[in-house]
Amino acid sequence: MDALLHQLLSGIASGGIYAAVALALVMIYQATHHVNFAQGEMATLSTYLALTLIQVGAPYWVAFVVTVVLSFGIGVVIERVLLRPMHGAPVLASVGIFIGLLLIFNALTGAIWGYLTQQFPSPFGDAHILGGYVSPHELGATAITLVVLLLVWAFFRFTKLGLAMRAAAYNPVSSRLVGIDVGWMLALGWGLAAAIGAIAGMMIAPVVFLDPNMMGGILLYAFAGALLGGITSPLGAVIGGFLVGIIENIGGAYIVGTELKLTLALIIIVAILIIRPSGLLGRTIVSRV
Amino acid sequence: MKLLDVANLDAGYGATTVLRGIGFEVDEGGVTTLLGANGAGKTTTLRAICGLCRRTGEIRLRGERVDTLSTERIARRGVAHVPDGRGTFMELTVEENMRLGAYTRTDQQVRPDFERMFGYFPKLRQRFRQQAGTLSGGEQQMLAIARALLLSPKLLLLDEPSFGLAPMIVREIFEIMRRVNAEEGTGILVVEQNANLALSFADQAYLLETGRIVMAGPAADIGRDPAVRRAYLGY
Repeated sequence: MDALLHQLLSGIASGGIYAAVALALVMIYQATHHVNFAQGEMATLSTYLALTLIQVGAPYWVAFVVTVVLSFGIGVVIERVLLRPMHGAPVLASVGIFIGLLLIFNALTGAIWGYLTQQFPSPFGDAHILGGYVSPHELGATAITLVVLLLVWAFFRFTKLGLAMRAAAYNPVSSRLVGIDVGWMLALGWGLAAAIGAIAGMMIAPVVFLDPNMMGGILLYAFAGALLGGITSPLGAVIGGFLVGIIENIGGAYIVGTELKLTLALIIIVAILIIRPSGLLGRTIVSRV
Repeated sequence: MKLLDVANLDAGYGATTVLRGIGFEVDEGGVTTLLGANGAGKTTTLRAICGLCRRTGEIRLRGERVDTLSTERIARRGVAHVPDGRGTFMELTVEENMRLGAYTRTDQQVRPDFERMFGYFPKLRQRFRQQAGTLSGGEQQMLAIARALLLSPKLLLLDEPSFGLAPMIVREIFEIMRRVNAEEGTGILVVEQNANLALSFADQAYLLETGRIVMAGPAADIGRDPAVRRAYLGY
């Protein structure tokens, strides 16, 4: 029973990370109808940036904030420079760009920081609390993730810019007619997704250790989470991310074994696509004409 | 100086040219209507003014060229467009649709203007928190007009506001447009299939046939023209 509880809490902790990455995927998907395959590698690069900042002596939270801001900028630049010219291009061309980005970012981090696995510090220490059920890092990372998700939700729900970004994703033409610069909204969406990814990377790195392929598996779990919750629903993506984390940990411990955990993500993806392609909370637009 | 002055306008999509050198005007505080059959280029004309399709020619808003500006910049200059199909943000609430209408504004009059819209369209107050996609066709048209008016436009472009609506709702909507025109001095360019309705509403009228203006003049005169009556008014 103890072990099960432990797995459940670990599942929630890693689920938070998947939820964050899934949210980043869904944000870009909603605006562009493309899945950004490079989301994970962008997060890895951000995490390396944070590591470098910490290594040159920046306090953890300074490095954290600087990394988030830099990642936001990188996201904006990628949209403006690489994706904007692809506007209206065939789907396969865009997919090509995303896969290219994935390879470029992966190779870039490898070339700059090497392929050796490195430790990444946690700001939360490693004392045993709550009877050892959950590590301070898991608890802290989950808290940070929840705060981020809440802030993102509040931004989209309550601010004028958030509303404009949603509008631009739903209906670009009408958005332009009310004066919204849709191109910039897309770029901001990319920036935000990259920033969220960076936070997810920095939170997961102390657990899985940092190497250029760190986010490969995580992106797969996140994608499974996004599909499970419904790729058109930000809330669904978050719930799906947490569910996948729990399924992964408990399934890995009791059903398929740790080595086959990643298979669970693939099973979820295939099962959702067959049984309920719109996911748990996928959008069903009510409309009358 | 005219509110809107269009000259030598060519417009189209891709390799297809729809409009060939058309010109027309909307007076300050005036109502102009473009009449024409399906495919004559009415919708394209409105889209060209807003920069939603390929266009060349001169489009002046109070004397200033706007024909090279992007759609969002034209909106910021005070041109509001109620497009074909209404352009409602179906997934968002009525409130959010209205807030988006006022997106470009930074003045403090937005909330009072919401009340003004509820005065015109009391239904919108009842439906305020509802998802816009659940509104009836008439309510959506009202929302689309409210959204456009919340931009506090100098010029309002209406694309077939009567389309698909019950006659009573159409009368109500045109009555309100008349009030807006009279009270706010907003210039209106309206495109309509229902020529009777449009001619009774407008002061200037232009007849569009396959991308060219074939007749122009005061709406009352156009309405008396025998050829127009035969082809467009049905008597």
